[in-house]
Amino acid sequence: MTQKFRLAEGGRINRDRPVRFRFDGITYHGYEGDTLASALLANGVRLVGRSFKYHRPRGILSAGAEEPNALVQLREGARTEPNMRAPQVALFDGLTAESQNRWPSLEFDVWSVNSLFSRFFPSGFYYKTFMWPASFWMTYEKFIRNATGLGKGPVGKDPDRYEQRHQWCDVLVAGGGPAGLMAALAAGRAGARVILADEQSEMGGSLLSDTSEIDGSQSADWVAGIMDELRSMEDVTILPRTTVSGYYDYNFLTLLERVTDHLGEDPDGKTPRQRFWQVRAKQVVLATGAIERPLSFLNNDRPGVMLAGAVRTYVNRYAALPGRKAVIFTNNDSAYDTALDLQRAGAAVTVIDVRKAPRGARIDAARAAGIDIEDGRVITRANGGKRVTGVIIRDLDESGKSVTGGSRSIGCDLVAMSGGWNPTVHLFSQSRGKLRFDELLAAFVPDKSFADERSAGACNGSMRLSDCLAEGLRAGLAAARDAGFNVRKAPTAPKADEAEVGATMPVWLVPSGKRLGRGGKHFVDFQNDVTAADLHLAHREGYVSVEHLKRYTTTGMGTDQGKTSNVNALAIMAELQGVSIPEAGTTTFRPPYTPTGFGAIAGRNVGAFMDPARLTAMHDWHVEHGAMFEDVGQWKRPWYYPRDGERMEDAVNREVLAARSAVTMLDASTLGKIDIQGPDAAEFLNRIYTNAWLKLPVGSCRYGIMLHEDGMVFDDGVTTRLAKNRFLMTTTTGGAANVLTWLEEWLQTEWPELQVYCTSVSEQWATVSVSGPYARHVVGSLTDYDKLGPRDLPFMTMAEMKVAGIPARVYRISFTGELAFEVNVPRRYGLALWQAIWEAGRKYGITPYGTEAMHVLRAEKGFIIVGQETDGTVTPMDLGMDWIVAKKKGDFIGRRSFARADTARPDRKQLVGLFTEDDPHHVLVEGQQLVEEVKRAPPMKMVGHVTSAYFSPNLGRSIALAVVKSGRERMGETLYAPRLGGGRPVKVTVTDPVFFDKEGVRARG
Amino acid sequence: MADTATETSPLDGRAGSRADSAVIVEHPHLGKIDLRGDPGDTAFVDAVAEAIGAAPPIVANTVATAGKNSILWLGPDEWLLVTPEGNQGQAEGALRTALEGQHVSIVDTTDARTTIRLHGANARNVLMKGCPLDLHPRAFGPGQCAQSILAKADVLIHQLDDAPTYDIHVLCSFSRYLWDWLADAAKEFS
Repeated sequence: MTQKFRLAEGGRINRDRPVRFRFDGITYHGYEGDTLASALLANGVRLVGRSFKYHRPRGILSAGAEEPNALVQLREGARTEPNMRAPQVALFDGLTAESQNRWPSLEFDVWSVNSLFSRFFPSGFYYKTFMWPASFWMTYEKFIRNATGLGKGPVGKDPDRYEQRHQWCDVLVAGGGPAGLMAALAAGRAGARVILADEQSEMGGSLLSDTSEIDGSQSADWVAGIMDELRSMEDVTILPRTTVSGYYDYNFLTLLERVTDHLGEDPDGKTPRQRFWQVRAKQVVLATGAIERPLSFLNNDRPGVMLAGAVRTYVNRYAALPGRKAVIFTNNDSAYDTALDLQRAGAAVTVIDVRKAPRGARIDAARAAGIDIEDGRVITRANGGKRVTGVIIRDLDESGKSVTGGSRSIGCDLVAMSGGWNPTVHLFSQSRGKLRFDELLAAFVPDKSFADERSAGACNGSMRLSDCLAEGLRAGLAAARDAGFNVRKAPTAPKADEAEVGATMPVWLVPSGKRLGRGGKHFVDFQNDVTAADLHLAHREGYVSVEHLKRYTTTGMGTDQGKTSNVNALAIMAELQGVSIPEAGTTTFRPPYTPTGFGAIAGRNVGAFMDPARLTAMHDWHVEHGAMFEDVGQWKRPWYYPRDGERMEDAVNREVLAARSAVTMLDASTLGKIDIQGPDAAEFLNRIYTNAWLKLPVGSCRYGIMLHEDGMVFDDGVTTRLAKNRFLMTTTTGGAANVLTWLEEWLQTEWPELQVYCTSVSEQWATVSVSGPYARHVVGSLTDYDKLGPRDLPFMTMAEMKVAGIPARVYRISFTGELAFEVNVPRRYGLALWQAIWEAGRKYGITPYGTEAMHVLRAEKGFIIVGQETDGTVTPMDLGMDWIVAKKKGDFIGRRSFARADTARPDRKQLVGLFTEDDPHHVLVEGQQLVEEVKRAPPMKMVGHVTSAYFSPNLGRSIALAVVKSGRERMGETLYAPRLGGGRPVKVTVTDPVFFDKEGVRARG
Repeated sequence: MADTATETSPLDGRAGSRADSAVIVEHPHLGKIDLRGDPGDTAFVDAVAEAIGAAPPIVANTVATAGKNSILWLGPDEWLLVTPEGNQGQAEGALRTALEGQHVSIVDTTDARTTIRLHGANARNVLMKGCPLDLHPRAFGPGQCAQSILAKADVLIHQLDDAPTYDIHVLCSFSRYLWDWLADAAKEFS
């Protein structure tokens, strides 16, 4: 237990619960309540990773979401995750982590040679290097990816559960620091439904690292009191370990809750690892705090150079001492708190303040504590390699742009820097909020809001604790009021430190006394290894827009999205351009705030839950009888029913032959069915379909095609007149929902005067289609045979009767071209009907068939399938179905488009049949292009394409349907179908698209 | 012979939830009649009230209940009458008689949907995993219904009591998917 840098007391760690963990193969100890970063610091580990491009040694910079350096490969096997920010990884027993970007080890990294050649890796390196020849990119990329790379993705299936949840609330408070707690308390007391979310393991935010008092008690105790009250409120939901990751339109926000990440694994096999919340909030209070800025001095990336606020957090919250001899480098007051706390913790402290003669309560306190303050000075360089060993300081001259006087060296093992604070405006900006630049803070703060939200506390630019508390309270009250609550018992703002905070003096680029780029690097973006020299180069090369600058230099990219670098980079850019920082502008803040794993986004929508499988009443029978299934939309339809050892083509041929020689049965339940009622129902159909419907007799069926306004076929099906004012329309399986929407749209928006109601009954009915020469025998054996006679139930009519004792509608319609009966019964009887027909059909050799045989059978008959022969550019005339387009009945949807020149031109693609010439058994490929003349290589003039192609066992040869330019004038002509991947093009003859029973007598029998 | 033909429901014999606080039970054949008509026409409203015992509700997403009949609002001119199993024929007949001569649509859709009754202290939490509606008691309670999505299935949700108990009407073809999804969603509470 050698936690050499663990303070003897203090911190919010549980010293009764020691925890073992491994980093780069070495076992360390920490405590429950530690993060990986705090535990590493307590163990004296300073080198935790290598940088992305130069492979420079890096340490822990921050204590939060902004961490650019300490990114680790967390855990192993299927649970491994790259780029995890060590300051945000909760420590658990057995945790394993590996450093990234190094090979073979962190201490000795081969790729650190990049650092020596760094002048060959300037801004825009990729763009400049890989311009030519393009084909070499593949080679370069492989090399570069190996040399850089940001960790490894898991290989195995994710073993954890991820939940999702929708939630509505009156007030969502993002951030549980002083402002957020007051906002939640105020809104909660008003009776609002409140969600309080914070990314940390406990609420309190900055107060967990603070030593100040609120209302006379320690800030941590004050937090505990507030939390007790919040927990007692039924409609306040408290979500620790939860990041508000995205803020979208209409106050829709996403939250990522890490439910069991901190435990290592799901404790009981049912608790999710993470939960993704989709929240719709009436009002939002943003209390997301602020992120400290680094200072850009020479070699500011050495391990041991940290943000001052982070150092304070490690000391106070985790009792981990990041160094024993500290130099504080600051341009503002806040780092003095760190200086005092470090000294209290036993470290030797020197403060370097860029400001000449700073004044204020904090500075006075530091002086009183005997801390040496070197004012008006800067660090011109940090010394050390794998950890900082000292700094060189010089005087800053009056311009603030260069140094003067002699240099002095100070030995140290820690540099705690503060370049000021950036309010965390990410969510505010995602909500479309506009920023303004605050000169006193030298930072962007929220200005104009466009959503139902308000910012409070540090994220609003208020850096004083008393201001944060008061602002949070006001924001919570206002949010509750705007959400419709009458605020009666408002809490009062608690008393806290009100000392004035001195101004920040921005020094965006700390002069080193040397030419920029010499003697070391001023890092601006640690994660992407972007230096001030890179920004200068981009400027010299003419980059003006901040968005271009970002992409060219990669500043602000990567997993941290520039949380510590963006403002520094654009301030340097603005200085170079001679414009103000707000004139230079910011890049766009995009969700998510921190990376969100795919597991949480996918939730339980994986495996069988990825997409619903829609099943018919007869599904289990199909499964039991060995059916192979085809996906038709979301439906699972039997594709074919192979017998033992049968190949697909054998099964399909057998099923197709049975339909024409004996009898077959098909589960046709999936077809769309719409009940259409009303005095104007027939007139409505007359306008929807291309053919005439007014005179269809009751009990009769008619095939119809419907078009979009452009005259192109969009669905087809048989519609039956059940009564004078009632029809039953069938649609394609895939088109059912769209057709109903289409009908409703026309009724509601164009023809409200028509008295018609449409109701979907697709699933009310289960349908068995019995088809083949013995169809009448089979169905007849289950009902009154005489009712099925050619005169009693002629082709294209319907009758209600009992089949197998079940009340049924029996339609004499046929998609196979054979004698067929479609028996419809209420769904609950579907399986019973199917089994009854199966039993009754056995003596006729009844064969169940699937969609593949159905397709072959209808292709033999030249019947189209919408979506196969049509693709949204095909008219009925193109299909040779002029007969279905009424010439006299008046208007219908799509009719007007037939007069368009393009729709009327004679060389449109028309439906034809194709026979292969050389090999009658060769089956063409659907989608295959057709040409008149074969050339050695494309391009060739294409005159059409194959839409359907099958082997027809009834013809004993292959058949195909195709659409070909002026196809009907090409009967007997030879065309060629070139093959993908070479091979001799297939020679084909253009034929009539009806291959079998051209007169259609069999279906009428 | 109709009595001898075997009726099946899509969820027959399917393993349910193991969570006592989120129990699921199938009620496969509750009578359901889809009714369309003009709520501004008092003749229509009165006739429905006479046939069913309750007028079709005018307020969106509410349910009118009379005895064992419930009329669920589906749209400005559309309702679903839910009646005990086996009663749909009688209810349909009563509506047809009462609405004779009016422009209405009465369609028996009993078999199109099955009903999954979800009940228990965590029932709401289960629904909120996949339904974007606000189901908080302040926003949605007994006597209310809504059409929405649950996971990836279209559903009609009707809250029956404060337990809470919900009837989830779902198209039969989606019901196994939804049932398995619900059972899995309830696992967290088992």
